[in-house]
Amino acid sequence: MKVIGQTPGPDAALAVETLGMTMRFGNFTALEDVSIRVAAGSFHALLGENGAGKSTLVKCIMGFYHATSGQLLVGGREARIADPRDARALGLGMVYQHFTLVPSLTVAENLVISRLDTPGVIDWRAERRALDAFMAAMPFRVPLDQQVSRLAAGEKQKLEILKQLYLGSRFLILDEPTSVLTPDEADEVLGHVRGLCAAGEVSVLMITHKFREVTAFADEVSVLRRGRLVGQGRVAELSHARMAAMMIGAEKEYVPAARKGSPGAPVLELSGIRATDRSGLKQIAIDSLTVRAGEIAGIAGISGNGQMELMEVLTGQRATSAGEIRVEGAPYRASRAEAQALAVRYLPEEPLKNACAPRMSVIDNIAFRSFDRKDGRAAFWLSPRSMKAQGTDLIDAFRVKAAVPDGPIAALSGGNVQRAVLARELTGAVRLLIISNPCFGLDFAAVAEIRARIVAARNAGAAVLLMSEDLDEVMELSDRILVMSEGRIDYEVAANEASLAEIGHHMGGHA
Amino acid sequence: MALAESLSGGGARSTLLRAGLARRAEAVVIPLLALLAGLAVFGLFLLTQGKSPVDFFALVWKGAYGSAFSWQNTLSRAAPLLLSALCVALPARLGLVVIGGEGAIVLGGVAAGALAGPLAGAPAIVGLPLLAAAAMVVGGVWIGASGALRHLRGVNETIASLLLSYIAIALMNQLVEGPLRDPASLNKPSTAPLADQLRVGNMPGMDVHWGLAFGIAACVLSWVLIERTTWGFAARIAGGNLRAAEVQGLPVGRLIVGFTALGGAFAGLAGFFEVTAIHGSANASLAAGYGYTGILIAFLARQNTLAIIPVAILLAGFDASSGLVQRRMQLPDATVQVLQGLVFMAILMSETLYGRLRLFAAGKGA
Repeated sequence: MKVIGQTPGPDAALAVETLGMTMRFGNFTALEDVSIRVAAGSFHALLGENGAGKSTLVKCIMGFYHATSGQLLVGGREARIADPRDARALGLGMVYQHFTLVPSLTVAENLVISRLDTPGVIDWRAERRALDAFMAAMPFRVPLDQQVSRLAAGEKQKLEILKQLYLGSRFLILDEPTSVLTPDEADEVLGHVRGLCAAGEVSVLMITHKFREVTAFADEVSVLRRGRLVGQGRVAELSHARMAAMMIGAEKEYVPAARKGSPGAPVLELSGIRATDRSGLKQIAIDSLTVRAGEIAGIAGISGNGQMELMEVLTGQRATSAGEIRVEGAPYRASRAEAQALAVRYLPEEPLKNACAPRMSVIDNIAFRSFDRKDGRAAFWLSPRSMKAQGTDLIDAFRVKAAVPDGPIAALSGGNVQRAVLARELTGAVRLLIISNPCFGLDFAAVAEIRARIVAARNAGAAVLLMSEDLDEVMELSDRILVMSEGRIDYEVAANEASLAEIGHHMGGHA
Repeated sequence: MALAESLSGGGARSTLLRAGLARRAEAVVIPLLALLAGLAVFGLFLLTQGKSPVDFFALVWKGAYGSAFSWQNTLSRAAPLLLSALCVALPARLGLVVIGGEGAIVLGGVAAGALAGPLAGAPAIVGLPLLAAAAMVVGGVWIGASGALRHLRGVNETIASLLLSYIAIALMNQLVEGPLRDPASLNKPSTAPLADQLRVGNMPGMDVHWGLAFGIAACVLSWVLIERTTWGFAARIAGGNLRAAEVQGLPVGRLIVGFTALGGAFAGLAGFFEVTAIHGSANASLAAGYGYTGILIAFLARQNTLAIIPVAILLAGFDASSGLVQRRMQLPDATVQVLQGLVFMAILMSETLYGRLRLFAAGKGA
């Protein structure tokens, strides 16, 4: 047993502890009074929904942020970390979600250039000897002469971990290290990490969404929710259901948004859809999905489980290998003519990036849906005057705060960009509205207003498909809730019968 | 109270007005500064050669705009530049950088030269439109192919169009030295000379051929297409954000191929005028570098097709005066290329200044 305050040996795992860590950005509290202790040589998992404060916490530890208050203990001693360099000097290292390797260089070259003290002229023979000795001492290896671009994803992730050990890190933060790996690769990599912890080489704090990985590999788990530490314990003593409950919060009474009318005929029908996901490794498989007129079908799920790809399939941006999309019974390929005829509208996530031309004016952006129609027919001539009149009206009606309506839309705040996009997409009759993370990153007032408009569209008879990583949003808005996990919809429940625990259980995947 | 409100309202309006003006001024002042910077660096270059920059610019002025004769010379050279600059500016509205206009000019000229033989007996009213159409189709297909490669196969359109223009020049050489060669052309292999009625003449009252009028008309029509039609608006959406255009269901592929092909068609038309108004047959003189100068013009004009008109006349002036400068200052003819290169570098560097100059920041805060 280590005495607190004792200097750890140079090769021993480091204990790291946060005490009352608080981080505020202006009025917003991202992290409040979080105390987490990662014992030397332990494998600690950090669970939480998007926006729960996991990234903020590790950024405070690594010196990217300076905590508003609270302390950091490294090896039992208080550490002041001004920037990531200090963290590195203390032996704290981080493996990011995406690779930070140079693909065109070999494994050996990547390791050598990652050091801060790489000399101007490299003595490759000496370096090579040192690297061979280093690899020989490791419990797993990556071939030193292989070019990194030829390594499989799992090998690359192993190399990222080896790189941290090579740099002398004795405490590792892993940020969703398996999100780019296949399940088999994930098991192998995490197995090795577990081995390193058991051997006392490193301590690990792993950010993850996957309960299965927590149970299989971690010793202890801490759960964050809305910036607070809401649960902690030994993994052996916690069930998945308990973890899900901590992550999602206590069962509470959701006040569903005021709604009227009941669902009508099916508007959107998906059957047997198959598509490849972004990584090219996994499949999106939607066997059957129906959205009816006058209902909001909400798809809950943790980010990266295929929601983005499903959105792309529905907007015609991603090819499907099988299956069929029907709107109002007719095959739908998301062409402009079909979208106009069937009144299909979209609110993609991150509207400035996915739904606007940032350098075009607010008025132009609002005209994207309607500029080529006049009196119900295709128009050849643009009518700047009616575009301006319509744009100005909609800016008023949707309360878009745009100081310069004919200035670039990129100058607006996030909430106002989303209001402008809503103004465009919700004008006229809407049969089908497809939405992804509509309120991500917006302030409270904008959120309430945008949700009210979505419900109003439903009440007016639109079929609404809502994909959101914010479970509260799905619970508040939906008539029917579906859970997407690993590219599939594997749970469906009517909103009034939904139990948070059950939904959380399915969100965690492979329960 | 009412007075105060109307005053503040007026204040807001004038702020808006100022912001709009600042944005427009930025688009004029920055290229102008870049042009002046390029000219200044060129002045330094002349000093290293022991020549006087003042003499140089005085001679350029004289050779380009100093007399009716030099104006006519300048305007004749502006015609192909206007059209080849459109070959850059039209695809640019879709966010594409096409630099292969030279190839479309060359092949457009060859098409006109080749078709002129079979049409030797046709009256001008039939023959000239056919020759022009052939040149535009060939040019359009050539540059449209770069757009199609981009859309269908993800090939970089800049590299593709540049390489295609080398192929076009090689193809032209092969054709005029082989199957299309007029046996009478001894020193300079050419197609057969055009029949007299198939030569394009000068506009009334001046020694400048009709290409200038067509070039200016093409610039104006392109502006109308981009700014005043729904197709142009769709192209601007796709150029502004491809993902947003896809979500709107716009036919992105057709827009890309259409706009690149239209740009190529204009460059092909430049080749038609070079053959029918200047050379009288298709030969290696078609590859005179107008396509490359067109790139410079389009960038100087910030891809605005109306701004291309004055810029093309300015650069045509440099071209027109190069003979005079060579003779009087004993400078090699590559000097003008050094000048063009320096101006181009200055323009490219000035791209980073947009939105960063205090002077124009008025619109930002509002």
